[in-house]
Amino acid sequence: MHIRLRVKRFEAGKDREPYWSEYGLEVEATDRVLDALHRVKWHQDGTLTFRRSCAHGVCGSDAMLINGRNRLACKVLIRDVGDHIAVEPLRGYPVIRDLVVDQSAFFRKYESVQPYLVADGEPPARERRQSPAERERFDDTTKCILCMACTTSCPVFWPNPEYVGPAAIVNAHRFLFDSRDTEKEGRLARLNAGDGVWRCRTIFNCVEACPREINITRAIGEVKKALLLQKG
Amino acid sequence: MALVYHQHEVVIVGAGGAGLMAALALRGRDVAVLSKLHPVRSHTGAAQGGIGAALGNMEEDHWEWHMFDTVKGSDYLADQDAVEILAREAVETVMDLEHWGLPFSRTPEGKIAQRKFGGHTKEYGKEAVRRSCYAADRTGHMILQTCYQQGIRHQVKYYNEYMVVELLVESGRTAGVVAVSIADGQLHVFHAKAVLFATGGFGRMYEVTSNAHALTGDGVAVAWQAGVPIEDMEFFQFHPTGIYRLGILITEGARGEGGKLLNGKGERFMERYAPSMLDLAPRDIISRCIYRELREGRGIHGQGYVHLDLTHLGAKVIHEKLPDITDFVRTYLGIDPVKEPIPVQPTAHYAMGGIPTDMWGRVVVDEKNKILPGFYAAGECACVSVHGANRLGTNSLVDILVFGRRAGRDIARYVGENEYPPLAPHAGEATGERLARLREGRNGSGGRAESVADLRETLQREMMEKASVFRTSGLLAQMSEKLFELRQRFQNVVIQDRSTVFNTDLMEALELGFLLDVAEATVAAALARSESRGAHFREDFPQRDDQNWLKHSLAYRGADGKIEFKYKPVTITRFEPKERKY
Ligand SMILES: Cc1cc2nc3c(=O)[nH]c(=O)nc-3n(C[C@H](O)[C@H](O)[C@H](O)COP(=O)(O)OP(=O)(O)OC[C@H]3O[C@@H](n4cnc5c(N)ncnc54)[C@H](O)[C@@H]3O)c2cc1C
Ligand code: SF4
Ligand code: FES
Repeated sequence: MHIRLRVKRFEAGKDREPYWSEYGLEVEATDRVLDALHRVKWHQDGTLTFRRSCAHGVCGSDAMLINGRNRLACKVLIRDVGDHIAVEPLRGYPVIRDLVVDQSAFFRKYESVQPYLVADGEPPARERRQSPAERERFDDTTKCILCMACTTSCPVFWPNPEYVGPAAIVNAHRFLFDSRDTEKEGRLARLNAGDGVWRCRTIFNCVEACPREINITRAIGEVKKALLLQKG
Repeated sequence: MALVYHQHEVVIVGAGGAGLMAALALRGRDVAVLSKLHPVRSHTGAAQGGIGAALGNMEEDHWEWHMFDTVKGSDYLADQDAVEILAREAVETVMDLEHWGLPFSRTPEGKIAQRKFGGHTKEYGKEAVRRSCYAADRTGHMILQTCYQQGIRHQVKYYNEYMVVELLVESGRTAGVVAVSIADGQLHVFHAKAVLFATGGFGRMYEVTSNAHALTGDGVAVAWQAGVPIEDMEFFQFHPTGIYRLGILITEGARGEGGKLLNGKGERFMERYAPSMLDLAPRDIISRCIYRELREGRGIHGQGYVHLDLTHLGAKVIHEKLPDITDFVRTYLGIDPVKEPIPVQPTAHYAMGGIPTDMWGRVVVDEKNKILPGFYAAGECACVSVHGANRLGTNSLVDILVFGRRAGRDIARYVGENEYPPLAPHAGEATGERLARLREGRNGSGGRAESVADLRETLQREMMEKASVFRTSGLLAQMSEKLFELRQRFQNVVIQDRSTVFNTDLMEALELGFLLDVAEATVAAALARSESRGAHFREDFPQRDDQNWLKHSLAYRGADGKIEFKYKPVTITRFEPKERKY
């Protein structure tokens, strides 16, 4: 089928304003949007710039705005978005070039929640025991691939770039609810701060955006509840 | 553009499981980790099925059994002293991962859960054993995350989106690397005492592959260009179950949970080929069987695929143990694996060959295992060799972590004992000039301008046809000529993007150069080896020939560009080569 692909272009240090490029091309309905971007890059316009690696939704490289929604270009098929496709970079972080945004501030927020297991005492010779139920407690939030789709879809984040954002909260949740972790307090205090979890207004954009189908709003709710219980 | 200089005791190139594990072993030292992808984008994150270790959590198991299976799976080409280390240290490595927080799936008693995987058996081949430790079907994702998270905790220094293009060797010692920072096109020289390559595989030399776009053999090619030989390049594994045409992997764990392969007549054809291990025979064997079925017209509706049937497992098992592949199949094929079988074909998956190393990740440059001081390699880009002619499932994750860590430990010793080697005054400048020519479109000798995409597509298609699962001297010789032609045309590649900012057009051109290197080595080594062993199957020499070929190949690029071979013996300790039956 024939599609019209429009891409918002910008090069830091060169362009003053973003502009649109438009390409017409033949694709299969079952192709990924990433395939269409590749076809343009490889056969029409080598300057079109985006990140990608795995091409099947596991590395988190290619989140972008596709027809107004944050999605992974490799995980959405042409037939799901139609023959007029508009692609833009994620909102809220500086654009380096075309669909490539600067991720450093995003990763700093991730690091601020101590995204690693802290467990007091010497580890045993074998594994620490954890029941399947305890393991299930944080299963959902282990799926995060740090693609940035959630945080950059959040209307609270856009005007408040200091807001820690859903992705960081998801990753805090992953450790807060891990029965092996002993560093609950530091993490909770971090999320209780002014730029923390209370900024969330339960707008659900993040849940819509998450390509891993993580129930982010539920995770955020559980973190809020843990904070309230701690206070009470 | 002026070069920017850095000095770090250790430079690690690659931030997948192997690179990160080495960095963790070196914590507290002056280490820089350079990666062309952000670490969490590395392809270790795509691994699904599990990491093998004889924990014995579900049933009796021993590292000796694991060792035997690995040696047999390798078609007796693996070095047994190295395999012994792999199988022994697998156990403590998995425990370390658990202590670092890796969320393994659990048994009812709260232990790490384990499942069956191809070629892993109890009592030296009796029947399948549950040895693969897993976190649903995203084990690699959890390994990559856990190692990256520990790196944050221990303040590892990352240079993200830096692409290494040259290895610096000064008077017989490793002196550092040259890298491009992708964001601004700046060229950097890293002066180091020790360099570790952990750049992963090169499945992208084939058309249908489970490998990420970024897996283009960079480290292997860069080492080769610096005069280091590359080992056992003729052995490239095709995994039996890639999604038809797309190549996206469906883990062997799906068969470990009971999934079956069916042909167009609805037959469970593995009954004919591997009566005891059936669908859990090793990958080289199953991939060949699938191709035989297809050739003999028993594909589904006569097409180029067979079915992987999970429907009898039931929704609960599929959703709990295989959620990600369920998602892939739904997303890309619109099929629900609970209700319908999955169309699959063999997909280019894993490079057994690579940069030759000893058991401490030290790169060795000849058949007598002479060391190139300061140069190390680990992970899929390295060849220890623990996988020989065919890797067993779950053994790469063990390999990258066990040998990534050993390399890190030996580097700690080495940098403590040695000063910085001298750095040549103009190091990196020639590379800078070459890159500038490419970027500014001043490349080539005036012939017709060639496009990277066209050359790469030809390479991938032709490699698939002529140098994949079934090989003959005729096809390989044709491929060799084709590669010669592609190499000529590559000299005239002209890219469109002239910018220094995030120039992925330039990256792709460099990556194509690397792919051509690894493809040339693969085809030359395959042509030279006139026997069939593991993943290397020659229709004109269908038998294994231990008399002449129980040895590793080392490919050298001669000064005239020609490829020459040396061979080195296989280390055999416990298990004498036997016929391989499953
Ligand atoms: C889909 C899939 C499923 C798999 N499942 C399993 C499994 O269940 N069990 C198992 O044991 N094995 C599995 N494997 C194999 C295993 O995952 C890989 O072999 C292993 O993860 C490779 O790890 P690595 O650290 O060597 O390389 P990678 O994780 O591939 O990392 C390579 C790193 O090198 C960097 N790099 C590359 N080139 C350059 C350059 N020029 N400059 C700078 N940096 C560079 C990249 O940015 C990246 O960080 C699977 C493989 C695939 C493809
Ligand atoms: S929670 Fe989902 S959307 Fe957000 S970063 Fe993680 S995977 Fe992406
Ligand atoms: S390319 Fe990896 S998530 Fe899309």
